[in-house]
Amino acid sequence: MNKIVKYKLNGKDVEAPEGRLVIEAAKDQGIEIPHYCYHPALGNPGNCRMCIVEVAGAPKPQVSCRTGVREGLEVKTDSDAVKRAQASALELHLVNHPLDCPVCDQSGECGLQDYYMKIGQYSSSVREDKEHKGKRIEAGPHVMLDQERCVLCTRCTRFVDNVTKTHELGIFGMGHNERVEVTPGMTLDNAYSGNVVDICPVGALTDRDFRYKVRVWYLDKTDSICPGCSRGCNISVHANTQRPWHNDGKRVARLKPRVNMDINGHWICDDGRYGFSSLDSDRLGKVLRLSPERAELSWFDAAHEVAAKLKDSSIAVVASGMLSNEDWAAYKALFVDALKVQGHYFTAEPDQLGEEDALLRRKEKVPNLKGAEALGLKSGSFDELKKNLEAGKVKTLYVIERDLTKIWGDKAAGLLAKADMTILQGPNKYALGDSFTYRLPATAYVEEEGHFTNFEGKVQAYKKALAPIGHARPDWDIFALLKKAVIQPAAKVAA
Amino acid sequence: MAITIRPVTRPQRTFLTEIYLVEVWRGLMLTFRHLFVNLFRHTMTLFRIKGFLPGAVTIQYPEDAAMLGKRARTRHRLLKRDDGAPRCTACLLCETICPAKCIRITAENAPDVTVEKRAKTFDIDLGMCVFCGYCVEACPVDAIHMDANEVELSTFNRKDMIWDMAELLGDKPKLPSAATKAVDPLYGA
Repeated sequence: MNKIVKYKLNGKDVEAPEGRLVIEAAKDQGIEIPHYCYHPALGNPGNCRMCIVEVAGAPKPQVSCRTGVREGLEVKTDSDAVKRAQASALELHLVNHPLDCPVCDQSGECGLQDYYMKIGQYSSSVREDKEHKGKRIEAGPHVMLDQERCVLCTRCTRFVDNVTKTHELGIFGMGHNERVEVTPGMTLDNAYSGNVVDICPVGALTDRDFRYKVRVWYLDKTDSICPGCSRGCNISVHANTQRPWHNDGKRVARLKPRVNMDINGHWICDDGRYGFSSLDSDRLGKVLRLSPERAELSWFDAAHEVAAKLKDSSIAVVASGMLSNEDWAAYKALFVDALKVQGHYFTAEPDQLGEEDALLRRKEKVPNLKGAEALGLKSGSFDELKKNLEAGKVKTLYVIERDLTKIWGDKAAGLLAKADMTILQGPNKYALGDSFTYRLPATAYVEEEGHFTNFEGKVQAYKKALAPIGHARPDWDIFALLKKAVIQPAAKVAA
Repeated sequence: MAITIRPVTRPQRTFLTEIYLVEVWRGLMLTFRHLFVNLFRHTMTLFRIKGFLPGAVTIQYPEDAAMLGKRARTRHRLLKRDDGAPRCTACLLCETICPAKCIRITAENAPDVTVEKRAKTFDIDLGMCVFCGYCVEACPVDAIHMDANEVELSTFNRKDMIWDMAELLGDKPKLPSAATKAVDPLYGA
């Protein structure tokens, strides 16, 4: 830690560690200095000239992203000269910008729009025709490139050079022809490519998945935790509920990373970013008994019917790391304490395993196996469960948020038929959803509150972004309901 | 432009205004003056005596057509480019500004790269529209006007109040349709 020095910011005496960049030190004091090229994780090339400030003693204005704080420094961020210099820099950035805000997906969260309203408001002195460059270039599977809108801040090229080290983007050409382009022979196809959309301060790099789905000012933003793997990246759920005809009628429009230097830094992977389709398709909303005859039940009736059959039966429970800490606690209270179940199976099988790398992605693609571990729950192996099912030892199979066909393949349907009673609890129907005896709808992580424990043991809260679908309840609520029904059967409640 | 202040004096209350009788008398004088003046003018017109102003007119609506002012805000109309494509770029500014939330637009890629974006669907629910004209003001590409000069838009069901893009463009006549039951795609199976 550098020593703390005193310096003057807009005439006020403040303190900061020596050598801290003025742009960061001012942010600590609540003063946002406009900037495009500077990014805390990607360095400070100082090419956008937007973060210009006045430094006492310096003959010209200085860029605050390359000026360190030192003893006795006097900085002004709001003088007329600074505002004029920043407005001129902005005007230069907009010389060849097409100003097509109405059709640009970035509008509403665009750095050019924000700073024009904040410090620009000039009347343009450009009379020449605009230079035209490439539009609608498919840079990769997730990213659309528009070279005209680019301000050449080089954040994206620094990201692919320094963070992913894949070098798919580069700056090509000179002068007015200078532009961001995909490196010849490559496509922007790496596991973190979606992040270039977030760091792009303008509409040059936009999300193909989100393209023209819904305007950003219609979105509601809720803090959440990515359930895509055990890393527990901090995300923001952007949902479109006010105008349901947008986003193809789906509620969740996109997921964006939140900065948390202890977990994910500034980034999230593409698997997590685009892996939200199950939230709005294939969802369960009704409490159903599917056999012997199909009937819609109330939660009370369903809980007492299921509880009566769970008692004194040999039960095996297939659970999933998608459950929150609260769910696991209720799970333990029901299956371990009340029903004394021996067979718990929740390890990550092929259905929940994937690629991992050194940056963020983890092998097990569920967020909260650690939460079950912390409660002392032990998982048996799925091979053992398969043997027990084949031998007919398992009378009741309780499946929670798991697609059995992805574990056992074609054999799953046959194995499921071996059990006398089968229950599916979860937000989605999956492939075998119609073969169960009972189907209990549970909320997805965006429709409930809770905590996930990540692989390092860090507990993080996620918030409720959306209303549950149909009659769905949180998993812990269903477990609590069943436990109550197990302890106090319906006959006694009626009496 | 600087804001200027112009003081306005309220009419003074006096004994004569407070007892009302005088004011009622003055009001009735005005009413009867119009009655007799118009009666006189219509009588002159009836006997074809020229040299007098025409009497006040009552339009026999709906037997006679209503007369609309030149700047009246009537049913919306979507405009086309020279090449026949709709002008609308689906920027959703009209949908955003609309205080009645009666405009519903979904967007898609336009075939022309320089145009970028176009409307896939563009519906206006005239049953909800308050005819404020904000959509016309908000449009950056002059794609929507409220000058179709139609004000007789009532239908027998609410669904028929919704005009789609082809109808607003004038490509398709607005015909009544059988209302279909709305299905909520999100409600689980």
